[in-house]
Amino acid sequence: MDNIELTFTLNGKPVTRTVPVDARLLDVLRYDCGCTGTKEGCGEGECGACTVLLDDLPVNACLVPAFQVAGRLVETVESTDASLADVLNRTGTAQCGACTPGIVMTTRWLMSHPEALDDASLRMLMSGNLCRCTGYDAVIAGARQALHREEED
Amino acid sequence: MGIGANIPRIDGPQKIQGTTRYVDDIPTEGVTHGTTIRAPAARGRITRIRFDPDVPWDEYVIVDHKDIPGHNEVALIESDQPALVASEFRHRHEPVLLIGHRSMSAVRRAARAVRVEFEPLPAITDPRQPLTADRVQYGADNVFKRIDIHKGDPDSAFADAAHVIEGQYETGSQEHVYLEPQGMLAYHQDGQLVVVGSLQCPYFVLSALKHLFGRREDALRVIQAPIGGAFGGKEDYPSVIAIHAALLAEKSGGPAKIVYDRQEDMAVTTKRHPSWVRHRTAVDRDGRLLAMDINVLLDGGAYVTLSPVVLSRAAIHAAGPYFCEHIHVHGEVHFTNSPPYGAFRGFGAPQTLFAVERQMNAIADRIGMDPAEARRRNLLRDGQTMATGQVYRDGVDLVGLMDHALDHASYVSRRAEYEKLNRKHPYVRRGIGFSTFFHGAGFTGGGETRLASEVWVEGHGDGTLEVLTANTEMGQGARTVLTQIAADTLGVTEDQVTAAVPDTARAPNSGPTVASRTTMIVGKLVEQACRDLASTVGADGASLPAAVRAWHRSHPGRRLVGRARYQTPKNIQWDEETYRGDAYSCFAWATHVADVEVDLRTYVVRVRNYVAVQEVGKVVHPVLATGQIQGGVAQGIGWALTEEVVLEDGAMTNNQMTNYIIPTAADLPNIRVFFEEQPAAFGPRGAKGIGELPMDGPAPAVINAVCHALGTSIDQIPLTPERLMAHLEGDGDG
Repeated sequence: MDNIELTFTLNGKPVTRTVPVDARLLDVLRYDCGCTGTKEGCGEGECGACTVLLDDLPVNACLVPAFQVAGRLVETVESTDASLADVLNRTGTAQCGACTPGIVMTTRWLMSHPEALDDASLRMLMSGNLCRCTGYDAVIAGARQALHREEED
Repeated sequence: MGIGANIPRIDGPQKIQGTTRYVDDIPTEGVTHGTTIRAPAARGRITRIRFDPDVPWDEYVIVDHKDIPGHNEVALIESDQPALVASEFRHRHEPVLLIGHRSMSAVRRAARAVRVEFEPLPAITDPRQPLTADRVQYGADNVFKRIDIHKGDPDSAFADAAHVIEGQYETGSQEHVYLEPQGMLAYHQDGQLVVVGSLQCPYFVLSALKHLFGRREDALRVIQAPIGGAFGGKEDYPSVIAIHAALLAEKSGGPAKIVYDRQEDMAVTTKRHPSWVRHRTAVDRDGRLLAMDINVLLDGGAYVTLSPVVLSRAAIHAAGPYFCEHIHVHGEVHFTNSPPYGAFRGFGAPQTLFAVERQMNAIADRIGMDPAEARRRNLLRDGQTMATGQVYRDGVDLVGLMDHALDHASYVSRRAEYEKLNRKHPYVRRGIGFSTFFHGAGFTGGGETRLASEVWVEGHGDGTLEVLTANTEMGQGARTVLTQIAADTLGVTEDQVTAAVPDTARAPNSGPTVASRTTMIVGKLVEQACRDLASTVGADGASLPAAVRAWHRSHPGRRLVGRARYQTPKNIQWDEETYRGDAYSCFAWATHVADVEVDLRTYVVRVRNYVAVQEVGKVVHPVLATGQIQGGVAQGIGWALTEEVVLEDGAMTNNQMTNYIIPTAADLPNIRVFFEEQPAAFGPRGAKGIGELPMDGPAPAVINAVCHALGTSIDQIPLTPERLMAHLEGDGDG
């Protein structure tokens, strides 16, 4: 398989990697960039564990061919700030932690859209992230508190 | 702070910032990636394995049964399961060969270039199917285990009863869908064969490796990697993957790793046992239970694994939290040519509690009584005996607990309101239903006595304290809770204590992380080991760290370890032969209320409100405990409504998350959780086990609510829209 040279911005820093032309963004992040925070839960775009922000929009990294991110901005869970982590930790967002990176990235995306405040909207917008531990109440509470914090800032 | 306080979850920040290294995240130089070649049918004899000549096989490591140095058996209750098939396979996907290569893509290509050819043999994939001699593959009749629980004289009670009510209930299998698929890494270090992976029970894996490799325990080491969810699914199956990864590491001479993808994980690993439960109940005119005759059948799959103990818990919980003088429970778990069914949160109890809670509603319907009233007359009261003769003396007012739940859910007013709405609305039907249930904490019967779990608490030279157990953090919060119990007992702050990562080279065998036993049983041992440490140094509280440092100065080169070993409580008596006595040292109790809406245009059932009230003794960490309840309820609602394991040739065919539907945030309501705390004598500060309880109640609560909404009787789950449509249109099997 042919390789390509791929340059993009990862968590605010430019990176260049030589990767197979058909590589998934998920594998490039995990194995070529060392960002193993992004998880593979299903490999078919169903569970959302591999959610990352691509030009500020949430995408499933398992469904994105890596070449498509050339010259674009990718944010992964590793760039989550400690104060947001503290807010989410107190509500009980993370149990086993495997879906958590995706949930955190969707929460970070929601924080740039504070108009979606009611719980029904939050539940709908979070429905692309499957969690087997929490029953989602703690996830929704975490997102709500993150949004409120954003409003207060 | 201390017990009862919501200290920040210890492993939370790293998980939220993505720095936790799960097994597939551990960077390993020169690792051999392994994959598994599997049996292609339910039963057969391998005649030949074909390797595509276009693949450069000399680049690959290939392992088969002949590479196993000790016994080709996965040691558990029995050793009937081979690690790699030698000749005859007994279920689809049974492991036959392992193939390894440094390149992941080379491994994937090679896996497609191997073909297992076989001669088919007669298989049985439904335990209800009549058995023919050529299908017998275990003992004389394919029955792994039979259990009978006898109390009183049911036959005579049936003869005089005002009503005899019969019911048949069926529950489907269920896939765990922990978000992190299973995986193991094996390598050699300091003369030991080391396995690191996603596993609930390090010492189960250690004993499986010992048996398979024929080595001494000190030549082997098992370390837990962070676990991305387990729910019982990483209780016994990790031994299989650990063996496979270790065999690849041995043959390649370097590190080897096997990580399943989702489809492989769903197809091949264990699942919840499918069940068929028959009830025949004698009731008097006032709705009091006179006699219960209960027959439980579980599908065990192709190897014994944990099925006998799953059946045991199923049978003990089968009569529900009710008093009845005359009971007979007969249980059987059968061999079939399916991948083995295994541990899943609840461990047999959800199946039999679904049946008894539907049966209680059927009884109420028959005598024209509200389901709440039928339970009020029969729930256990202090001093009464349960099915095994165990005396109920928890001191929990079960009727009060139920009534609180019904009040929180506005049960009485909603019931009336919905009955009115349902008469008028063209296609919306609403209903409210509930379940009253219990869950025995810890191993069944004499299990804890046999485990004889041991816990250490070590005081280090710098004054810090470390809790050493084999009990794993798998998302439930074990590390946080055990730290909290230790800090509270020693009178220090939580940051002065660490709960060590389970590692068989460092931690004693405190038993497996299963059966809702970690907080209650291991937590109690942590408490005792802390006291032992404190008494050795003659200090606790703020002066403890200094006393620990002083002890080290006066005992150079020695370890300061507080120890505790499980002692059977004096009042606990159990007879394994007759199934009489105290089945569990204590039980947790609950009532769950589900409020549902059925759309008769789509046959979709939606849970609109959910109330979970439970008595679990002292709540050690309210946020974590609430998370356990809400997560268990979500899993229970999934099992009730959407999670259908479609079997073909005995194995799952909808083995992907697109086709196996677990609930999303949009499918679930807010799950309202209420704890009533009546500290039990047994656990640390009176805490009881909690993890499995919330799996037991949702399915019957939801289905009872659907039955209320539709005025019909549904006795099979999952109640998918397709099954509900067939039921209502009268041509289905629902």
